[in-house]
Amino acid sequence: MAQRLVVIGNGMAGARTVEEILARGGDFDITVFGDEPYGNYNRIMLSNVLAGVEDESGIFLNDLSWYADNGITLNAGVRVARIDRFAKQVYAEDGTATPYDKLIIATGSRAWVPPIPGVHRKGRGYHQGVFAFRTLDDTRAMIRYAREHERAVVIGGGLLGLEAARGLQNHLGHVTLVHAAGHLMNTQLDAAGGAILQRSVEALGIEVVTDALTTEILGKHSVTGVKLKDGRTIPCDVVVIAAGIRANADVAEVSGLVVERGIVVDDQMRALDEADIYAVGECAQHRGQTYGLVAPLWDQAKVLADHLTGRDPDAAYHGSRIATKLKVAGVDVAAMGIQTAERDDDETLVFSEPRKGVYKSLVIRDGRLVGATLVGDVRKYAFLMQAFDRELALPEDRVELMFDLGGPPAEVSAADMADDAQVCNCNGVSKGTLVETVHGGCKTVNGVMDKTRAGKGCGTCKSLVQQIVEWAAGGEVEEDPKASWYVPGVPMPKPELMAAIRTHGLKSVSSVFATLVPGGEEDAKSKMGLASLLKMMWGDEYVDERDARFINDRVHANIQRDGTFSVVPQMKGGVTTPAQLKRIAEVAERHSVPMVKLTGGQRIDLLGVPKEKLPQIWSELDMPSGYAYGKSFRTVKTCVGSDFCRFGVGDSTALGIALEERYQGIEGPGKMKLAVTGCPRNCAEAYVKDLGVVAIDGGRWEIYVGGAAGAHVRKGDLLATVSSPDEVVTLTGRFLQYYRENANWLERTYAWVPRVGIERIREVVVDDADGIAADLDAAMDASVGAYRDPWKERVEPVTPGQFRTSLPLVVLPQVPVR
Amino acid sequence: MSIRLGPVAEIPVGEGRTYAVDGDMVAVFRLRDGSLRALSAVCPHKGGPLADGQIDMKVVVCPLHLNAFDLTTGCSLTGQPDLTVYPVGVDDEGHIVIYSEVPA
Ligand code: SRM
Ligand SMILES: Cc1cc2nc3c(=O)[nH]c(=O)nc-3n(C[C@H](O)[C@H](O)[C@H](O)COP(=O)(O)OP(=O)(O)OC[C@H]3O[C@@H](n4cnc5c(N)ncnc54)[C@H](O)[C@@H]3O)c2cc1C
Ligand code: SF4
Ligand code: FES
Repeated sequence: MAQRLVVIGNGMAGARTVEEILARGGDFDITVFGDEPYGNYNRIMLSNVLAGVEDESGIFLNDLSWYADNGITLNAGVRVARIDRFAKQVYAEDGTATPYDKLIIATGSRAWVPPIPGVHRKGRGYHQGVFAFRTLDDTRAMIRYAREHERAVVIGGGLLGLEAARGLQNHLGHVTLVHAAGHLMNTQLDAAGGAILQRSVEALGIEVVTDALTTEILGKHSVTGVKLKDGRTIPCDVVVIAAGIRANADVAEVSGLVVERGIVVDDQMRALDEADIYAVGECAQHRGQTYGLVAPLWDQAKVLADHLTGRDPDAAYHGSRIATKLKVAGVDVAAMGIQTAERDDDETLVFSEPRKGVYKSLVIRDGRLVGATLVGDVRKYAFLMQAFDRELALPEDRVELMFDLGGPPAEVSAADMADDAQVCNCNGVSKGTLVETVHGGCKTVNGVMDKTRAGKGCGTCKSLVQQIVEWAAGGEVEEDPKASWYVPGVPMPKPELMAAIRTHGLKSVSSVFATLVPGGEEDAKSKMGLASLLKMMWGDEYVDERDARFINDRVHANIQRDGTFSVVPQMKGGVTTPAQLKRIAEVAERHSVPMVKLTGGQRIDLLGVPKEKLPQIWSELDMPSGYAYGKSFRTVKTCVGSDFCRFGVGDSTALGIALEERYQGIEGPGKMKLAVTGCPRNCAEAYVKDLGVVAIDGGRWEIYVGGAAGAHVRKGDLLATVSSPDEVVTLTGRFLQYYRENANWLERTYAWVPRVGIERIREVVVDDADGIAADLDAAMDASVGAYRDPWKERVEPVTPGQFRTSLPLVVLPQVPVR
Repeated sequence: MSIRLGPVAEIPVGEGRTYAVDGDMVAVFRLRDGSLRALSAVCPHKGGPLADGQIDMKVVVCPLHLNAFDLTTGCSLTGQPDLTVYPVGVDDEGHIVIYSEVPA
């Protein structure tokens, strides 16, 4: 017979634990007791119900049929009075006794109501007009009452009080927030942050009184006001108390369990000295800590489910690192960890801009984030949360923790996030789970949210969930689903993938799928990245399968919005000749090319060329391809340099041409754009290139790497200063090769260089600390040697119909109907 | 009734080519296992040429904005309208054939 499992408490922790047990196929006869007369709902959403942005019906998590469907006996509206630990029975207030083999207590918390005279009326519970904010019934009653009254006072300026105050504004005209401490949200914020928050809250029309101890609720039959310690009275007809919570541990206590601030449990969530009784959620005290947020409950529920079902009997809960976010529209607050420095060598970073209502403060210990407070601007929340939760190394430039300064976007983008990074902090849903769900066939944002519960907590992560789902569903190929994999369809990070390719001697994209993907499944979105990688690794030996190429690489031109292509001939270093210009002009004229344009890369673009015309245009131009379409070496911009410019100290044009000549067209994980400039005036914009060379006085050259001025702006890091153009050419090749071998697919140098660190790159590329410089040079030599100008591929199409149109632009040969 | 489009060999393995069939633009893809799929050739998103897209055994990815469509059902996997699917096969002479009715 299945073991009997009894759960006291049908709240967020109790119901979740049951779900986790079911998900593990746990075989129990389950009975649940809940004080409320209905199924299980999302308590967090009560704030939204009060604010009128969520419907009551939308917050139910499990309705009654869910219990029936899963064979769970639900005693809704039945309170448990006592546990008999020896007879292993629970006694409910309706007189029934229910035996158990295993018992889970998940009775949560209740609102803590300070002993203020006037709060209660003898024998009638709360004074009419006085409310707590904990349950659905509280919320309903509050809304009903508030609608018929005018002025509310909310006692307590923490998260709950602020959300209550904002919600009440939806139902009556005037709300005052009365807070005993010196500033709002004092558990999460320091005084400066609290002051800035207060201004933002006041801007919403909520009156705030701090340092205000409420000493009495006034009014005989109904409430007429509250009295403060300093003698002031605030007239009102509704009072909401949000002064804190206390663990609901009475049942446990009267039954003889060890209760301090909550029911004391060990790392398996087992009540102290009990073999078969467990506690989870807000009623539990683990390692001296009780929690008032949901994230820890999810962790606890998982551990307990692992333990109880035998999936992992030794599963252990080690406590949670918690972060809070205020759910008040227009007032963004997020906080995690400690609020101020606690030790002498703690670093503190503070930014404050009161006029804009922005305040940020961070505490760093031993190079790790241990606390963060964000008011008014929470754009860095996701990034900081990850750094905090996973104790990541922090950027050298601390200011990057607070602001976006070029570089990859700090808000973790869907692709950048690690698989196990938590997206929904309410329901404990990781990116990996979302992606799996999408790949499992659920392709709508709502479907995924329903299945995983992500975004169904406080809702603040919805936009991130959406981004991840859209991306996992294939919205954007330039970002890969599994952050650590080189391409989404082959489950391996780059070094592992390259090693496997070498071990098995895989020289074609199809052989990679066949050998390295379980089940051998191909993946359209991985083909381009694999093709690039294999080409880099095997050079001449690479087995080129045309279907592995993106259309641009099949026809050596860039596809445009109308399905036509652009033709960009090579113009090394941006230097051209009258003869070349004439030829381009003639070709453009002869074929009525719709637009001829100078590009930002210092060459000429013929735009709007139909696919079928490409071979002819190339042949008439008879110039090499400029590779303006590939994930490859693109251009070397130059300035006029010492030959003509009165400031030039180096022949930037000649060096630029030499670089382009040598490294033209080599493929890489991302585009490689270079520049050489003749003096630090930097007319060729070399500081913001993947590799930029700057001539300096004394015949020397500075090499900058990892610069960008596209979607992100970043000044390159100085890699080396050398004394000859030859050294520039060598170091360029070595740097590019190191990048090609190590960067992730589509990771430009502006992301890769800071990720690896310029010091490390210098060690390898300049100082040859790893002893691989010769290998890098040789590999690059091989690539350079394997280079063939693709525009020579024009006499004979490489594949049938290579240049046949795919568009309804021309009348296609009509085939007869038989 | 069926419509003959041309030799299968016109489509390189793993790629697609466009045909005009009775006034419709049809993209025919030749999967790596040799089987064919035929779908409307114009991406419902912004008119991208689907035959220029990359495929695997399941989906075609439009080259313009990378919306993906199921090759067998035509269903969009990225929230776009679905594509029409055409029953397609190869006749005895190795020609691509579009059937107006599913062959028995
Ligand atoms: C033609 C050109 C614009 C122009 O008229 O000047 C151009 C056109 C395109 N750029 Fe660019 N970029 C052009 C110079 C630049 C530059 C300036 C430069 O090269 O000095 C930049 C900033 C430098 C950089 O790359 O960091 C630039 C940053 C981008 C980016 C952003 C890359 C990034 O990660 O920051 C993209 C998008 C991408 O790569 O994903 C992009 C993508 C594109 C694409 C290829 C979009 C696409 O995939 O279809 C555009 C093709 C249009 C078309 O229909 O052919 N283009 N693009 C320039 C060609 C230069 C050349 O001769 O090769
Ligand atoms: C308005 C509001 C907003 C919130 N917003 C957030 C937020 O944004 N983020 C966040 O992380 N957290 C938030 N919280 C906190 C979060 O709701 C709690 O942490 C969570 O609900 C605790 O879950 P629990 O299961 O431990 O307790 P509860 O959800 O309170 O469940 C306790 C259950 O036990 C039952 N019970 C109690 N005693 C008995 C008994 N004797 N017999 C039978 N059943 C009994 C109750 O009926 C209930 O079903 C918010 C809370 C409120 C009130
Ligand atoms: S900036 Fe570049 S990608 Fe954007 S529209 Fe212009 S050419 Fe296209
Ligand atoms: S046109 Fe096909 S994805 Fe935009």
